[in-house]
Amino acid sequence: MGNTNHKESFVSKYVFTHDHKMISKQFLITAVFMGIAGVMMSVLFRLQLGWPGESFAILETFMGKWAPNGVLDRNAYLALTTIHGTIMVFFVLTAGLSGTFSNLLIPLQIGARDMASGFLNMLSYWFFAASSVMMLFSLFVEGGAASAGWTIYPPLSALPQAMPGSGMGMTLWLLSMTLFVVSSLLGSLNYIVTIINLRTKGMSMTRLPLTIWAFFITAILGVLSFPVLVSAVVLLMMDRMMGTAFYLSDIFIGGEALDATGGSPILFQHLFWFLGHPEVYIVLIPALGISSEVIATNSRKPIFGYKAMVGSLMAIGFLSFIVWAHHMFVTGMNPFLGSVFVFTTLLIAIPSAVKAFNYITTLWKGNLRFTPAMLFSIGLVSTFVTGGLTGIILADSALDVTLHDTYFVVGHFHIVMGLSAIFGMFAGVYHWFSKLFGTMMNTKLGFAHFWLTITCGYGVFFPMHFVGLAGAPRRYYDASHFDFLSETADLQPIISVFAIIGSLSQLIFLFNFFYSIFRGQKAEQNPWKSNTLEWTTPVEHIHGNWPGALPEVHRWAYDYSNPAHEEDFVLQTTPLKESEVGH
Amino acid sequence: MKLLILLVIVVGVIALAQLAKIYQLSARLRGHREEEISEADTRMNGALWIVFMIVFYATTIWQFVRYGDYLPPSASAHGESVDTLMNFNLAIIIFVFFVVNTLLFIFPYKYRYNKNRKALFLLHDSKLELIWTVVPSIVLAVIIIFGLKTWTEMTGPASDEAIRVELYSKQFDWTARYSGDDGQFGATDFNLITPSNPLGIITEQGVMLANGKLTDKIDKLQATLDIEKAHLLTEKAEIEATLHGGGGHGHDVSHSHEPSSEHTALLESRLHDIETVLSSGEALVMTQAAYEAKEDKIYRLERHLQRILELQPYDFSDGRSSWEVGKDDRIVKGEFHLPIGREIEFIFRSRDVIHSAFMPHFRAQMNTVPGLPTRFKITPTITTDSMRTILDNPDFNYILLCNKICGSAHFNMAMDIVVESQEKYDAWLAEQKVYTAEQN
Repeated sequence: MGNTNHKESFVSKYVFTHDHKMISKQFLITAVFMGIAGVMMSVLFRLQLGWPGESFAILETFMGKWAPNGVLDRNAYLALTTIHGTIMVFFVLTAGLSGTFSNLLIPLQIGARDMASGFLNMLSYWFFAASSVMMLFSLFVEGGAASAGWTIYPPLSALPQAMPGSGMGMTLWLLSMTLFVVSSLLGSLNYIVTIINLRTKGMSMTRLPLTIWAFFITAILGVLSFPVLVSAVVLLMMDRMMGTAFYLSDIFIGGEALDATGGSPILFQHLFWFLGHPEVYIVLIPALGISSEVIATNSRKPIFGYKAMVGSLMAIGFLSFIVWAHHMFVTGMNPFLGSVFVFTTLLIAIPSAVKAFNYITTLWKGNLRFTPAMLFSIGLVSTFVTGGLTGIILADSALDVTLHDTYFVVGHFHIVMGLSAIFGMFAGVYHWFSKLFGTMMNTKLGFAHFWLTITCGYGVFFPMHFVGLAGAPRRYYDASHFDFLSETADLQPIISVFAIIGSLSQLIFLFNFFYSIFRGQKAEQNPWKSNTLEWTTPVEHIHGNWPGALPEVHRWAYDYSNPAHEEDFVLQTTPLKESEVGH
Repeated sequence: MKLLILLVIVVGVIALAQLAKIYQLSARLRGHREEEISEADTRMNGALWIVFMIVFYATTIWQFVRYGDYLPPSASAHGESVDTLMNFNLAIIIFVFFVVNTLLFIFPYKYRYNKNRKALFLLHDSKLELIWTVVPSIVLAVIIIFGLKTWTEMTGPASDEAIRVELYSKQFDWTARYSGDDGQFGATDFNLITPSNPLGIITEQGVMLANGKLTDKIDKLQATLDIEKAHLLTEKAEIEATLHGGGGHGHDVSHSHEPSSEHTALLESRLHDIETVLSSGEALVMTQAAYEAKEDKIYRLERHLQRILELQPYDFSDGRSSWEVGKDDRIVKGEFHLPIGREIEFIFRSRDVIHSAFMPHFRAQMNTVPGLPTRFKITPTITTDSMRTILDNPDFNYILLCNKICGSAHFNMAMDIVVESQEKYDAWLAEQKVYTAEQN
């Protein structure tokens, strides 16, 4: 393990690097670009949803023949929503969040020189990069990108004759996701092994920062659930290309009765959601970890109930594996089975409530520094609570019957997982920017970014609950011809306006982000006066992270405002005083 | 358009320049470090939490007032329990929403940074933590019990007296089917679907019809393959080679290879046919790929035909054949009717992809899955006419929507539902087309 800076070629330093800090940056920058693509898509289809059938020159500019006379084509609309969902869930919030912060923080916070396997880590990034390119490329093939919704339920996704997007676009989607899962597995295995084996002296599991606990549990969820998605995807590819009938039965389409009999479309949904639901927590848990760290640091207070925080993460992680069929209450599944899933799903509310109350108690009587990261973390708790509460309604199968696949669902998951996770990601970027790039981001622009984002975030997704309660189905290209929806129809343009302003306000972040990389204030070693190990490394990146020996840990990560100490923070490397009781 | 793009670019550049200016000003001014949040900024952000809270709550309340009665009263019996359950759950979550968010927005204001204060060193409090584990558990237990009670009620088996209506989905419309006077639906098979038998009901005519259509199709395809020029030319060359085997060069042609006179006659007649086609100009030119695609299509059609041939009728104990049952089924498009106060059991089937039968006014939804019939039961409680009076909207109609993405016209796949008195319903049903009448 070299902890000296040796000369490297451009390729080995910036491209095929094994260094976890550089890989982290690669993940982040890729995710930022994917995020820009995903958000732009949402603006394009929000124009159609806000003002159905109206002509927008900008649509024709971006979409060409997919928006004749400035009106979005109905197939293009479905393709945009599908790819928007896929990109946001997998490429931004899974790879972008876990990939960036697990890579950056695991070695730095546990006191390791690097990941257990730098090579696998590099592979993980490049599989992700290839999968991203393929996903974006799929927008430009004949028939357009996959359009069956991000959940790609067969038979719609299995039969090219069912819709234009189920041709080449769907093939590329499936291939891209397979690469993505390879990337995710390589990454997750690496994270798990690193956390178990490479903790520095004194860094017991109970002294780990909550970020590391979150990444650890996330990685375990990923390893256990993503392979199931691959099997679902492989079976679907075989149905598409090799004449198998895993998901197909008794189908008459395009004037032809298909050969396939005996398969079940519902099987795909079981397999998909066996990944799909843990995936929600794969997205959310790292964000919760980041916010725990940021809130404790900036409240200058120990996180309240450390053990309960870890325990509730574990409980959420475990429960996330036995709730998947709550996405399937109206598939004709046995109602008794439905009852079981109602029960397990609502159980998740208990550890979630514990987490929310622990966050609030951490704030209570704290000394709160409003850094942009702190604002986003508090915002995260709010969206986590607000979105989680509507989940209670959807988890109730009797109510889900009326709300399933309506805008209520769209509002719910965008708040609880979209906003919360993206807030966690922003918090992480603002908080650890100096660890990534050695410079600081501008705080004032951060404030503007936060207040605009939370206002627009709620402005977009809160009204959707009312649209959904009125019975408006999601994934409708145009619902203006339904008289019974006219009462909430005036909310749609409001939502679109918020979506546009919210997207534009991300330009503030982008500017701040890229400008600060090159022109930002040079960072100090421990700008936030934080306890954790990453702040004992030099600002300049070096191989092996610590110039000398690895640090030794003597205490937990949350000794903020400890009365036994003068300062309101105590580095984990500070030995215990005689009077102190260790944690 | 170009001007607009130019304008956007110009505005963008100006905005960027302004941002850069703010950026540098705020960094240089006062020579302060980014991580040090000034007192003014702390005050501003603290106050903004309160402002945000007030605005957020005000708009939330406005939305509840303006859009709170999101749907008309439930028009089905179980829907009333659903609405009660919904209001109960909404009350709980709205209460928690306000309490938790209020704490969350007030604490930042109240405990904003003060350099003279030190935060409370509080590690955990078992009593508090126990409270907020146990209290949510109890509330959730109530929610679960209440919810499952309603769920069991609405998903239980339908009674024998229930009227059974089949709702059949395909890209992109709905068809309803009512059983005839025998009270039984005819069996169906997707292989029998033809334009005049859209549901694939199995009757003798249905089988014959599908059979005939397929045979026609296969014959037509075969006929085009039979006059493909390249294949004809190859065949012609082969026949000629056989007939004039060896020609001038061949001497020791063994007798076993000499075609019999019968065979020669056959070959010659075939050769004649081929020449007629070729000289008539009817011969088609196809690429090899097109030819193979047609061959493949024929193969698939033959398999389809085979599946139809394997369909077998069976006899009920009363001697009726299963192929007779479907003859009096009634098939309805455009809108379908239901009688008030009767239990209706819907049976859902799908032809091509997954659709979802969503009837928001009846608080009912069930996916329709190809190969897997599904069910849902409702009892309508308000007629269309009464609902029009209640809503003061003479154009109101109950509606059945597709609520599972199913292709490009997904958003347009709907059917009206009419709820009326038993008498009107009976009269309406009697007028509906009987399936057999549509044959031929």
